[in-house]
Amino acid sequence: MDISIRNLGKNYGNVTALRDIRLDIASGELIALLGASGSGKTTLLRAIAGLESIDDGSIHFGDIDATRLSVQERRVGFVFQHYALFKHMNVLDNVTFGLRVRKRATRPRPAEIRRRGQELLDLVQLKGLEERFPTQLSGGQRQRVALARALAIEPRVLLLDEPFGALDAKVRKELRAWLRQLHDEIGYTTIFVTHDESEAHELADRVVTMADGRIAEAGAVN
Amino acid sequence: MANRYRNSLVEPAPVRWLLIGVTLLFLGVFLLLPLVIVFVQALSHGVEAFFAAFTDSDTKAAIRLTLLTAAIAVPLNTVFGVAAAWAIAKFEFRGKSLLSALIDLPFSVSPVIAGMLFVLLFGAHGWFGAWLSAHDIKIVFALPGIVLATLFVTFPFVARELIPLMQAQGTEEEQAALTLGASGWRMFWHVTIPNIRWGLLYGVLLCNARAMGEFGAVSVLSGHIRGLTNTMPLQIELLYNDPGAYSAAFAVAALLALLGFVTLALKNFLEWRHGDELAALRGK
Repeated sequence: MDISIRNLGKNYGNVTALRDIRLDIASGELIALLGASGSGKTTLLRAIAGLESIDDGSIHFGDIDATRLSVQERRVGFVFQHYALFKHMNVLDNVTFGLRVRKRATRPRPAEIRRRGQELLDLVQLKGLEERFPTQLSGGQRQRVALARALAIEPRVLLLDEPFGALDAKVRKELRAWLRQLHDEIGYTTIFVTHDESEAHELADRVVTMADGRIAEAGAVN
Repeated sequence: MANRYRNSLVEPAPVRWLLIGVTLLFLGVFLLLPLVIVFVQALSHGVEAFFAAFTDSDTKAAIRLTLLTAAIAVPLNTVFGVAAAWAIAKFEFRGKSLLSALIDLPFSVSPVIAGMLFVLLFGAHGWFGAWLSAHDIKIVFALPGIVLATLFVTFPFVARELIPLMQAQGTEEEQAALTLGASGWRMFWHVTIPNIRWGLLYGVLLCNARAMGEFGAVSVLSGHIRGLTNTMPLQIELLYNDPGAYSAAFAVAALLALLGFVTLALKNFLEWRHGDELAALRGK
């Protein structure tokens, strides 16, 4: 699903967090939003997800105008820096959460939900850990569960907020390579936020640099 | 050689024993001893006399009233407490610190003052007094008044237990739930509540204990009408002041203490059963 953002603006009181953002992302692209703290990259990501409201402009997912859609209606897969896994649920319940909270009409049967959950755990190479709880997992494993959970809803776009920021250097390198491979395999349109320049260039098809709430450089294809 | 270096983070043994000893002595004298005496006095005229105390119709009415009051006040305050904690912990809004201060108000105000507040508002000569008698609604010296007084004094327990808990947990899990398509209500039931359930339980138990045991505020509002508006604590006072019913007073007091013990035991049992979950919820 391609994404187009036009004239996006957001203010916090009289502080401008985002100004006049214009961005086009082709379907299946993996792009990095690169910038220092305060550049607006996380705000932009959250605005695309609907977790932040916007004051000006529009967001389109393909033909769909997502600007007025609620978070739930946008169907975006969001991965947080600190995983945000549901502490009181085991891994399988975490991953299948998005399927289990659907309205009765669109909800798959329990056996089907379980199957899809296990399929996703296979995909992220965490087979066999269904019954574990998040506190029993390592940071890298938790992030992979978070990713599987986001993928379960078949999102229009995958959004990752500094996904490896909380992990140590070795795990970060491993997961970077793994994420790239995964993206090549399943091809969701993906945007990830990072302040690490080498990570951005290593992973992304295209690097979009932000500063001061604006896009400084729309980036050429890698 | 290694023995020469004492772990400087731990007090030397004599100090430790002194601290533990003082604490136990304090707890023993001020908590345990009075409770033991209550039960001893209750049974001082024998087991039959103990049970006889509960055949009195006024006493039975008092027990019923206490249970009814708790059954109304505790669920209401649980809902209010969760709502208030939710608002304070998850949102920024004007008047947030005022709300926080208001929640603590019942703790800083004497229960008697709280009772008088309601009399001033709803009593015969109160602000709403004329309107209430015109519509034939009784609040003071009746059940509604007792429930109101109980609601006021027990309000902070659930909220105060939940606010730091919810603040520490933040909103990321809720945000994640929303992105996954959960409606606000489902998010609340499947993510928020499970994360706070132990704090919630503890708050409810404290609220319940206080609701059953409240004296001051209820005393001002109830009118002490025997068989009608006396709760257990008020009935205990009544019996205690009656020279012929001295040990009956202790019998009823023992029952009240027992109800407190039961709730405490329940809490400990649930914690024991679900110890693993508890640990997981506390860990990060």
